[in-house]
Amino acid sequence: MSDLLPGGEPAAGPPAARRGVVHRFLRNPLAVTAAAVVTAVVLVAVFADVVAPGSPVVSRLDMVNAAPGGEYLLGGDGAGRDVLSRLVHAGRLTLLGAFLTVVVAMSIGVVTGLVAAYFAGWFDTVAGWAANLVIVLPGTIVLVSLFAVIGPNILVSMAVLGIMFSPNFFRLVRNQVIAVKNELYVDAARVSGLGDARIIARHILYVVRAPIIILSATIAAAAIVVQAGLEFIGLGDPATPTWGGMLQDAFANLYTGRHLFLPPGLAIGITVACFILLANGVRDALEGDESGARRRPPRARTAAPAVPDDRATEHVPDDALLTVSGLVVGYRTRSDEVTEVVHGVDLRVERGRIVGLVGESGSGKTQTALSVLGLLPEGGEIRSGHVALDGEDLARLSPRQMRNVLGRRIGYIPQEPMSNLDPSFRIGWQLVQPMRRARGLSDSAARAEAESLLRRVGITDPPRVMSSYPHQISGGMAQRVLIAGAISCNPALLIADEPTTALDVTVQAEILDLIRDLQRERGLGVLLVTHNFGVVADVCDRVAVMRSGRIVEERATRDIFADPHHPYTITLLGSTIEGAPLRAPLDEEVAP
Amino acid sequence: MTGRILEVDDLVVEYPGRGFRARPFRALHDVSLHIRPGETLGLVGESGSGKTTLGRAVLGLAPVTAGSIRLDGREIGTLSRRDRRRLSQDLQVVFQDPYTSLNPVMSVGDILAEPLRAQGMSRAEAGERIRGLLDQVNLPADAGNRLPREFSGGQRQRVAIARALAIDPRLIVCDEPVSALDLTTQARVLTLFREIQERTGVAYLFISHDLAVVRAISHRVAVMHRGRLVEQGPAAVVTENPSDPYTQRLLLSAPVPDPVEQERRREERHRLARARPESELAS
Amino acid sequence: MLVFFTRRAVAAVVLLVAITALAFTLVYSSNNNIARNILGELATQEQIDALSAELGLDRPLVVQYLDWLVSAVQGDLGVSFVTGTPVVDSLAIRLPVTLSLVTVSLVVAALIAIVLGIVAAVRRGWVDRGVQIFSVAAESLPNFWVGLALVSTFAIGLAWFPATGYVPIDQSVTGWVSTITLPVIALALSCIASTAQQIRSAVIDVLKKDYVRTLRARGLPEGAILARNVLRNAAPPAVTVVSLQFIGMLSGAVLIERVFALPGLGSLAVNAAIQSDIPVVMGVLVVAAVIVVVVNLAVDLAVTWINPKARIQ
Repeated sequence: MSDLLPGGEPAAGPPAARRGVVHRFLRNPLAVTAAAVVTAVVLVAVFADVVAPGSPVVSRLDMVNAAPGGEYLLGGDGAGRDVLSRLVHAGRLTLLGAFLTVVVAMSIGVVTGLVAAYFAGWFDTVAGWAANLVIVLPGTIVLVSLFAVIGPNILVSMAVLGIMFSPNFFRLVRNQVIAVKNELYVDAARVSGLGDARIIARHILYVVRAPIIILSATIAAAAIVVQAGLEFIGLGDPATPTWGGMLQDAFANLYTGRHLFLPPGLAIGITVACFILLANGVRDALEGDESGARRRPPRARTAAPAVPDDRATEHVPDDALLTVSGLVVGYRTRSDEVTEVVHGVDLRVERGRIVGLVGESGSGKTQTALSVLGLLPEGGEIRSGHVALDGEDLARLSPRQMRNVLGRRIGYIPQEPMSNLDPSFRIGWQLVQPMRRARGLSDSAARAEAESLLRRVGITDPPRVMSSYPHQISGGMAQRVLIAGAISCNPALLIADEPTTALDVTVQAEILDLIRDLQRERGLGVLLVTHNFGVVADVCDRVAVMRSGRIVEERATRDIFADPHHPYTITLLGSTIEGAPLRAPLDEEVAP
Repeated sequence: MTGRILEVDDLVVEYPGRGFRARPFRALHDVSLHIRPGETLGLVGESGSGKTTLGRAVLGLAPVTAGSIRLDGREIGTLSRRDRRRLSQDLQVVFQDPYTSLNPVMSVGDILAEPLRAQGMSRAEAGERIRGLLDQVNLPADAGNRLPREFSGGQRQRVAIARALAIDPRLIVCDEPVSALDLTTQARVLTLFREIQERTGVAYLFISHDLAVVRAISHRVAVMHRGRLVEQGPAAVVTENPSDPYTQRLLLSAPVPDPVEQERRREERHRLARARPESELAS
Repeated sequence: MLVFFTRRAVAAVVLLVAITALAFTLVYSSNNNIARNILGELATQEQIDALSAELGLDRPLVVQYLDWLVSAVQGDLGVSFVTGTPVVDSLAIRLPVTLSLVTVSLVVAALIAIVLGIVAAVRRGWVDRGVQIFSVAAESLPNFWVGLALVSTFAIGLAWFPATGYVPIDQSVTGWVSTITLPVIALALSCIASTAQQIRSAVIDVLKKDYVRTLRARGLPEGAILARNVLRNAAPPAVTVVSLQFIGMLSGAVLIERVFALPGLGSLAVNAAIQSDIPVVMGVLVVAAVIVVVVNLAVDLAVTWINPKARIQ
């Protein structure tokens, strides 16, 4: 039971996901500062009477448009009032308005979103339609128009704004809930006998909580800006000081009191910026969580950055097409450490041979294959070692030089047929374009070539397939198209990364036949990555068994199946269930 | 007692078509099968064959258009949500993907307590039971305080199995429960399934696309193709001497980890394909 | 495609009727207020009732709306309560000002945002960080405040541009340019910020797709993959974002017109709202609704045309 051995699995990681999010948030200085500023602004507004140096409403004729720095620290406004005191008091109505908008938007949006997503049906249709209607309305124009009805009552306007923002919450909650609703763990809860209310409370609200916080901060920011705008054009409450109202005053005194527009502008700008940064901080913290929780734990150790070793390339035998030696692949993490996933792999693929690279998930087999192509995902790099194609070290080539190797000398067959075809382009175009680029063929010549290739890979009606989009063909056919693409520029080497894993067994058998036939016909060298020993037995001449970033055994296929040497190979082959004893049918009498 | 824990007769499942007046999509055509207590029925088929739909219909997660599903002689295909909930005592599930079938933010203990509490068990009783369950699936006793992400795929699937076992069900629907697992883990989880069955007498409806997996765990095997059941019988017969041409093709298509045997099977498959052109097989 | 277009067009008309009905109900629902607002606080209830009757405000709302709708379809949006001029005439003068402001801002903003977004997504590193910082800053500052700062600096301080006013393009191109430059900058700034952000994430999403790796493995140059495959697949979200910005800009224009004293729809709406000039308010709402619906229809069609899955069905 090695998956239970304490050393076998990295059961590290933070003890709780939730704490992880909070922890990550607290480690983000920008987000923490933003949270502190928002808190400070709220406190200042609440305790404005204590904080403000003077009265926000007392006018002194001698202080009209007074310059900053005197008795009034930030100067006097157009009516001779203290700008600083007004600024402090103005936060109240502004924040209250923003709060009201968020509460109204959230209450309407969350409830309707939950109901619409969870119970679907007509309510979902109607609510979705209403949301589409409301969300397209230009907010300020509507609020300006409604001033005729509402009058100078900014809080009512902000509540209306909340209604207009509610579709954002509706859509968010609805989409999240639908996503969660289809998660298997919700199905499992239902089968466990949980009622709807409990499922919503336990499984669903938990998931939408954080996105709701993010959206609330974003909407608070937007609400502050809209409110200031309304007050600025004179649709606010003239009796109460507000940041927008102060800007209106600044605008009226633009020529005489140019100092007036900066303080309220900065107050708005900083508050809004902090709400946005707060939202970004929560999002970043969550995304960090996402990548940790969703992906399988990487089964590799963290290593110190390896020194690229420049030992001389070994003598390359004549028949070797691809020679990988001492390959080390690492990923740079956020904190700039390097996690090594392949620790020095040596591998050879000869012309006219199919070499299997077999291992369990996380063994580094795909990483090895992608390094040969120079197409490691972001952050991945060859730390040291050589990848020689016909004696030329690919690891030393520039991206531009590598481009002349890809397609022309190495073809690539990916795992998932559907996601490897561009959904926006016709299949013909996707085949013709690389041939025109790499082989300099004319459009018509490339088309003719593509048709014959498609016919070769077993597609009966090439013109129809070429004029189709990827979503119009089946997975098996898509894999044939990708194989045709891989050989279209006559490469000598094929890299096939789990080429049949996503396919049904009957299709898998046909695709393996095709790969074998093409390899014989063209004398190709093939590096075939797979986890399936059946596939290895079917097509490979030689096989390399990989475990934890190292090759543990590499021999001719027949030999390795007949007489595995390495204990891990023996374990793997012993785990295959093909030869397991059959269970006899239950006897009719035994059954109660 | 009928001697049959599950009976499915002439089951039809249709999903409404997309768009106005679109024709409904028929995922299952008149499917009939049964499972006896303590028995494993393996249900094998390729993608789109309807095998998962059948499992979901039994669980009440897919619409039953016609036909009947009886659990212990009681019709369950047309139960209300409320009545369905009581069924959970007899009927449980283990899903394919151990990464999405456990709520990532709930501790393993909470996950296991959920079905127990739903049955009205007290917190203390549930805690006691959870310790027993973890032991039953060979997980350490402290696993209850940890989150699913701290476990490997195989361990997570053990948690899912423990959840299914929590309230002593009589039938567990296993939907591709080992497909997402590595080879070595796969074998161990299958062994666990067998051990639990021998100990508790629970019955399995074991769904998989992999004939080898189904063969290793099942007493009887049923083969699905395009929404229909094409062959059903003892595992030895269906997985070694199938009579249906589709089952034959399925059997020969799966490569075996033995180069010599695989070459023989490949040739046999080619011979069969030449004898019976694709179009005939597919019809 | 034609069927699709027809269906969408019908839906657009229905949406338009729904929006106007909603708007009409809201602005006309308090008929007492309307008459009172026109007559002032000192008016007696008799005077208010008399004016309500004169303006037809005492009839049931449904009748009033249908009446309005029938006239509106014929191009008659009523007469201003305050000035007595036909609403359509006022709109005809004001609309070009707002539209030129919004369209120019949108084109400028979209071009800059697309370039910034793509560069940030492809180059990452410090360019990316720079775009992000700029985005937060530009989104935090209200556009009218940016307008004020621009006026204060470039019009009053440096006197490079006139502080206020508008010269139609058919009178003087240079005059038009000099009056519209600052408003366009003020309006475009926050739009550039949020659009660039969203285009950045759309491009990053596409760059992570499997098919991009496969195209690279075929030896296609990075530039060609970016120019064709990535842009094509990132286009639908980008088009949607830009269209939402267009509608957002209609709102923003209300404030910008105020700062720069541009005689556009926004200032018409503000004055009408303060004076309770309901027919004019309703007229502005109708124009806004028509613009919104037309833009949405256009975006729907564009996105559908880009996406082959939808196109073929």
